[in-house]
Amino acid sequence: MILVCLILIPFVTGVLTFAAKGDTAKTIALISTIATMALSAYVSASNFSAPLTYSHKWIPMLGTQFSLLADGMSSMLCLLTGIVMMVVMIANANKEVKNGGSFYGLLLLSQAGLMGVFLANDAFVFYIFWELALIPVYFLCSQWGGEKRIPVTFKFFVYTFAGSLMLLAALIYLSLQTPGLTSYSWADITRAGAALSPDKQQWLFWMVFIAFAIKMPIFPFHTWQPDTYEQSPTPVTIVLSALMVKMGLFAVLRWLLPTLPAGVAYWSNTVIVLSVIGIVYASCLAIVQTDMKRLIAYSSIAHMGLMCAVAFANNGVGMHGIMVQMFNHGINITGMWLIVSMVENRWGTRDMTKLGGMASSAPRMAIAFVIISLASIALPLTNGFVGEFMLFNGLMGGTESNAITLMVIAGLGIILGAVYTLNMIQKTAYGEKVGMLVAKDLSINEWLGLAIIITLILFLGVYPKPLLDLTSGVASMIAH
Amino acid sequence: MMFASLLTNSKKAVTTIAVLLFVALLGVNVYELQTTPVDAPQMLFNNMLRIDHFSLWFNTLMTGCTVLYALLMGKEVAKVGAHVGEYFALIFFILCGIFLLSTYNTLLMLFLGIEIMSIPQYILAGSDRKNLKSSEAALKYFLMGSFSTGILLMGITLLYGAGRSFDIRELQSMLHSDTLNPLGLAGIMFIMVALGFKVSAAPMHTWTPDVYDGTPTPFTAYMATVVKAGAFFAFLRLFQVTFNLLSDHWTMILAIITAATLLVGNVTAVFQQSVKRMLAYSSIAQAGFMLFAVLAVNATAWQGIIIYAVAYSVATIGAFSVLVKLKDYTYDGFNGLAKKDPLLAFVMTIFLFSLAGIPLTGGFMAKYYVLQAVVQQGNLMWLVIFALLMAAISVYYYFRVIMAMYFKPGNPELHEPVSTYDKVVLILTCLLVILVGVAPQIFLMWM
Repeated sequence: MILVCLILIPFVTGVLTFAAKGDTAKTIALISTIATMALSAYVSASNFSAPLTYSHKWIPMLGTQFSLLADGMSSMLCLLTGIVMMVVMIANANKEVKNGGSFYGLLLLSQAGLMGVFLANDAFVFYIFWELALIPVYFLCSQWGGEKRIPVTFKFFVYTFAGSLMLLAALIYLSLQTPGLTSYSWADITRAGAALSPDKQQWLFWMVFIAFAIKMPIFPFHTWQPDTYEQSPTPVTIVLSALMVKMGLFAVLRWLLPTLPAGVAYWSNTVIVLSVIGIVYASCLAIVQTDMKRLIAYSSIAHMGLMCAVAFANNGVGMHGIMVQMFNHGINITGMWLIVSMVENRWGTRDMTKLGGMASSAPRMAIAFVIISLASIALPLTNGFVGEFMLFNGLMGGTESNAITLMVIAGLGIILGAVYTLNMIQKTAYGEKVGMLVAKDLSINEWLGLAIIITLILFLGVYPKPLLDLTSGVASMIAH
Repeated sequence: MMFASLLTNSKKAVTTIAVLLFVALLGVNVYELQTTPVDAPQMLFNNMLRIDHFSLWFNTLMTGCTVLYALLMGKEVAKVGAHVGEYFALIFFILCGIFLLSTYNTLLMLFLGIEIMSIPQYILAGSDRKNLKSSEAALKYFLMGSFSTGILLMGITLLYGAGRSFDIRELQSMLHSDTLNPLGLAGIMFIMVALGFKVSAAPMHTWTPDVYDGTPTPFTAYMATVVKAGAFFAFLRLFQVTFNLLSDHWTMILAIITAATLLVGNVTAVFQQSVKRMLAYSSIAQAGFMLFAVLAVNATAWQGIIIYAVAYSVATIGAFSVLVKLKDYTYDGFNGLAKKDPLLAFVMTIFLFSLAGIPLTGGFMAKYYVLQAVVQQGNLMWLVIFALLMAAISVYYYFRVIMAMYFKPGNPELHEPVSTYDKVVLILTCLLVILVGVAPQIFLMWM
């Protein structure tokens, strides 16, 4: 029942928020996210004894049950969702949004959808939440985004919708392979998938993977991403980049790897090569960007590419690293976007050629920016280091024959990452710019939001044990 | 009903009587459903009609949709012209034809059903006599319709020659794969073409956009939904009962027709400027999905056609009932509707979600069932993938309306402010769409 509450709290408060106006809406949203965060923390903690489950009959004739499971990976992602949403609400507390009621309502609805995706233990339920999480985001981006928002968001929507439909066909096919009546439970789907002949698994693999690859996004399915990130309002960009892309990776780990082992084995090399291409390609593009949002968008493609490559390397340490890095990447990129939105609010531009001297006019903000950036390029003693170290370890220990070569090329991503991130810090935080207005430093709520992020960065960088413990069981189960 | 207009001149009274009679009809249907045993179908008129539980349930649902239609559109029907009583009488005739189509046991009854269903439609299409487009629609529909009737008769004759029977169950045993002669095969093809015309499958679809566009909008709503569902039911019944053993011979042709229907419907809908015309093309596209049920010879197909008929009819009737409230039928006419009337925009969004097949709406479940039926069939996976790509295209034109309503500035003109009564019925319709999406088993309980 607690798991249902994780979905219901954001859903119900989301609907309520639609009716509320301005500040009331903001308050409801803040309280709701704090409650959800506390609940997801409880769910994660209870994992150390036994994972929570919930099941209720839904459409028996389709063989689908409303069943939820919060194992280590699920509850970790729910916790991430809880924290990120809460930080978004806190940092947004002193900003005015037009039509606040619908804005916060839609944000909460998307949170409900995300929780559902992460908790679903039934393929049908998973699919429904997978689609539902997208709808509020579509409206959020189209209504509150930048100038080109409508065509950009529409491209994003059609892109992901087409991928999802392929997934649906594959799921229907798999459910019909289950013994007896159709069944969508995770156990039955994975068993039925694994029992299929290798050639069937090979084409089913693409039907399933395309949906996930578009979401992550993996090169060459990434074209929607930089535009969408750029055009979305910052809270939505955070939801997209910190949480929604994790849906894709999570889905690979939960629904693809165990279901189609032969298909995965056959195509894993291709996917790894695509991911590695994506890492280098996105990093190079990030270097030449002048818009901060686009730069971070491309850096996100590179980070996700690394995680995806490791996911297909089938290695225990690597798998564990993905779990850790999913969490860390979510935290770090949230911090990055918060800084970007603060910069944009104060100086009215995201163009790095026009910015500079943040350290002298807003020193606290500059310090936070530096710490978050360092975590993003995985400096030791930040959380990014732990995850990235495990990822490279995993990629190298993978079963591929040319693992070392791939690892070295992927390693370029780290070096290039340092180039563009440090470059961004240098241009915005330091240096002198004539005509740059002096602006206020962090307000209380912004400070609080960033403080949560930075605490997590440093804490998990020094002592990652809780996160490692939470996810170790699932990681070793997926990689065998 | 026919005499109702003699008794009173008030349009309102006629509309009310019509609604009451539809409800009464629904009651009779439910009563029949309760009293008819599940496994003992009633045979009427020398085995001309076979009333089984399944067809009764279909009739009940279609009557239900008609009640909904009358509730939502009653006022609009009254606005079309002076002869409100006749309009409703004609709708009763159409419904009568649909009942024959869902219960026929001989090909003669199929023919009668199709005719009883079609002829009132020709009249309704031309009911707005002052409008040239309406007259054009009626003439076009009539000419093309008669032509297809001829083809249907031809097919029936050929089948009689091949199987020496009109009875659809006797025909099944007479037509074997090994004894099938060109006569029977040609008969099947002729019937496929004729029924394909009635459900507007490509390449027999060319009448649809003009007729739907020219016909007064309230009647288009009925023609595009309940009537189409009835024709599909007849299609399914014949191909699942009589020709099921011969599926090797016709599956490929029907699959190509299906693919063509999906392609034409979806791609052409993208280029429309008027929402009404877009809905006409979208009805062709949706027909492509319903053909999936005919293609798949299995039990899921029957469930699929029921769910599809209900989900599609309810959502389309809803969408049309929003459309008639607007003065301008182009996409631009919808600009800024969300500001002007949030409720209207919201229900329209749900209806369009359903048509596009977004989860938790009826349209998703409908697509799900028919897809499952075909995937179960096994050898038509290419068609499934093709159809899904087409479904992704359909998002484009459905969402254009949503984009216009929510994201574009404008001040759409309504014929009159939306009354509380309309609001309540629209919200109920909306809830019904979601109910089909969340609990489809309710609509299959009495099958």
